[in-house]
Parts: sequence; C-alpha cells; structure tokens
Amino acid sequence: MSVWGVTQRTLWKDLRLEWRSKDAINSMLFFALLVVVIFSFAFDPTAEESRQIAGGLIWVAFLFAAVVALNQTWARELRNQVLDAYRVSPAPATALFMAKALGNFLFVVVLEALMAPLFVVFYNLRSVGPVYQLLIVGALGTWALVVNGTFFAAMSIRTRSREIMLPLMLFPISIPALLAMVDATTSILTGSASPAFWIRLLAIYDLVFTTVCLSLFETVLNAE
Amino acid sequence: MSSEHISNDSTAGIQPAVALSEVVRHFGRFAAVRGVTANFVPGRLYVVLGENGAGKSTLLRMMAGLLQPTRGTIRILGETDIRSMAPRMGYMGHAPLLYDELDAMENLRYFAGLYSIHDDRACAAAIERVGLDPGLKRRVGQYSQGMRQRASLARAILHNPELILLDEPFSNVDVRSAHAMARLLGAMRDEGKTVFVVTHQAAVVEPVADESIVMHTGRLVAREHGIPHSLLSPYSQPSEVRR
Repeated sequence: MSVWGVTQRTLWKDLRLEWRSKDAINSMLFFALLVVVIFSFAFDPTAEESRQIAGGLIWVAFLFAAVVALNQTWARELRNQVLDAYRVSPAPATALFMAKALGNFLFVVVLEALMAPLFVVFYNLRSVGPVYQLLIVGALGTWALVVNGTFFAAMSIRTRSREIMLPLMLFPISIPALLAMVDATTSILTGSASPAFWIRLLAIYDLVFTTVCLSLFETVLNAE
Repeated sequence: MSSEHISNDSTAGIQPAVALSEVVRHFGRFAAVRGVTANFVPGRLYVVLGENGAGKSTLLRMMAGLLQPTRGTIRILGETDIRSMAPRMGYMGHAPLLYDELDAMENLRYFAGLYSIHDDRACAAAIERVGLDPGLKRRVGQYSQGMRQRASLARAILHNPELILLDEPFSNVDVRSAHAMARLLGAMRDEGKTVFVVTHQAAVVEPVADESIVMHTGRLVAREHGIPHSLLSPYSQPSEVRR
C-alpha cells in the first residue's frame, strides 16, 4: 500500500477515534477557553493595545492548548500497545507520522476556528491588514507547532514523565516559529508593516522541520 | 499428534522458518536472553515454556522485529532483515493490540489496510475463524477479556502469515474458548504455517503441540517432542526437564 494510502487510512481511523472519545478536542477547548478568559481578566486593553498584544496572546494560547492534544496523539497508540501492531506491519513509518501530524493539524485548526471569534469579542479586535494573510499565517504557524509537536510527542512516549518532556523539548525549538507567528500576526492586525518576511520564514521553518521529522521518525518509532 | 510433525530426521536440508544464532538481549545490565542458538523448521507448532522472566516474550519480540538483539543473529524465513518479512509474519502480543473505541471489524479493516488488504471478506473470515461475529457492533473496549484475545488473534492471522508468533494467547480465556483457539492453531499448523506459542497453559495447547521449548533465566534449556507430562502443570519447574 502506498504511503499516502496508509496515511489516509490512519488519519481516518484517528478522526473516528477522536469523534468517539473526544479526548483531544475537549481538553484543548477548555484549556484555550481558560487562557482567553484569564488573559481578559489580567489585561484590560484598548482596541489599539489589543492589536499590539493579540498576536502574542493568541499564539501562546494555541501553543499551550496544542500541547494538550499532542500528548493525546500517542497516548491512544500506547493503550493496548497498538503501536506494536503497526510496527510489525509492513506499513511505512512516514505514513504514520504524516497521519498523526495531519490529524493534529485538523484538531488545532478546529480549535482556532472556534476560539478566533472569542478573541475578537474579548479583545475587541479589528484587523487593519488583509484578513487572508492571517489565514496563511494561521496555517503555516499551526503546521509548525504540530509537525514538531507530533515528532517530540513520539520521542517522549517511552519516558516516564512524557507530559512534562513534550513542552520541555517543543517550546525551545518552536521559538523561531513562534516569533514569526507573533510578529506576522501583529503586523497584519496593526497594518504597521508587511508580514512577508515572517511568512517566508515560517514557510522555510515548516519545510525544514517537516523534512527532518519525516527523515528521523522511523528511528524514533523503533527506538527502544 | 501426527508423527510427521515430530520427526527431526525428516527436517534435514529444510530451510528453517526461524534460525537463532547466539542471540543475546540485555536491558541495561540485565541479560534477558543469553546466547540462544536454535533452528526451527517450518510447518510446526512450537510451545515456548518457562517461568516469568525466563526470556520467552523477549525472544518472541526479537523474532517479531520489535526488539533488536544486543548480539547474535535472527534469521526469519531465510532473511536477517526481519522488517522485510513483516507481510509474512503475524504477531499477537500480551496486550490486545487493538483500539478499544473501534469494533472488531473496524479494527481489522484498519490493520488489513496496512497489509494492502482491501477486501472486507478477509477481515470477516478472520473474525469468524476465531469464533466471533463480524457483525457485532460492540466496541472492543466493551468485550470480555476472552473476546479481546480472540479478536487479537484474528488481527494477527488476517493476512494469512506463514509465521505466527503468539504471546500468551490463552490468558484470561475460558477453557472452552482456549481449546477452540488451540484447535485453530493446530489447523493453521496443518496448513503449513509455523506457529510459536508462548504460554503458561501448556495443557491447553498440548494436543496440537509438535515441540516444546523450555527457557530458564534467558537460556534455552530443553527442546522436547510434544510437551513433557511434567510441564503440563502450570506450576512445573523447568529444571524438571532440563538435560
């Protein structure tokens, strides 16, 4: 079976599992909601101040919430040791990684779609720059978070304190992407500068880390 | 047990299904498997016996390619690249290796796809073969332990493998179902497949066993035709058959 065929099948299976258990999406939603509400109590910004700080708030909230989902990604493969059934099959490791990363991407995009209106309401946000650019930054930024997150979550599954290990590994390596996401978002919201440089940086970051993660995943999967 | 399955003389010149050469496996400083060398001819049902910690499951996991030996060589169906033999092997672990949130048919449909099998009839046939109903819509998480074990066996055999590796397939299975599973394993052996069964319930598999392999503290200490009477009790000591 082709890599894409196994990827589709595994992705569909993960979406079905998530639909039935709602483990990832529920915990992500509640977590992100809490962050939005707490931040809104902590700050009382004007509309202009909101545009200045919203990029940081939004992406920090999504990063923290994504970690909750990323920890769930491999947890369901460890239950009943189902991962062993995949490992003894002839299916390629890269297909498993792509399916998990795409699944996490979809979960985080759903979260972002649900949380974006709340940010607009709580922080009285209006974008000065073109909104379609926010969608590009959102897609590239989300992929940057989930591709590394999926990889490091796989690395940490055999460690005893994997919930702690994942952010410890993921956050430092996400700093360049986070910087690009925040600056690009702020540039678009305030209309103060072109986000082109940051979008290009994000695209390169995604390309490099997707390639690295795909190349190394088989080693991680079979690590003892 | 038919005599053609127990004669070592008739196996000369046959390529072994599994060939182990000085296989050692360490976990840190602990040696779980210590220099096991053995050849296993195809078309037989081998029962691996030994107390907890004897190295049975570790040996089986190395044969399945889930663990790498620290030293030594494992040749599966003539190949040292175990990964390349994955389509010809079936593995059933101590855990069910199934998703609790899916029913048996959904589970098998997914795993069949990993072996490029897209025909639902193959999944249904495997489920029926282990005595379950492919139409049952109950999720595996709601199955009894015995049903989970049988569904797990169905997953391991759905791609019709030549080499079947089973780790404790009868644990928590009622006596009647365990005997039915053992008869199925015997039937698969009669079809020419090589079956390895790690178990503490030797009596269940005794009617179909060709050979028993006894492990003790990581070493293969005995190989016997069939299962020696002294090992039929789950509380027998391996030293009773050690040569």
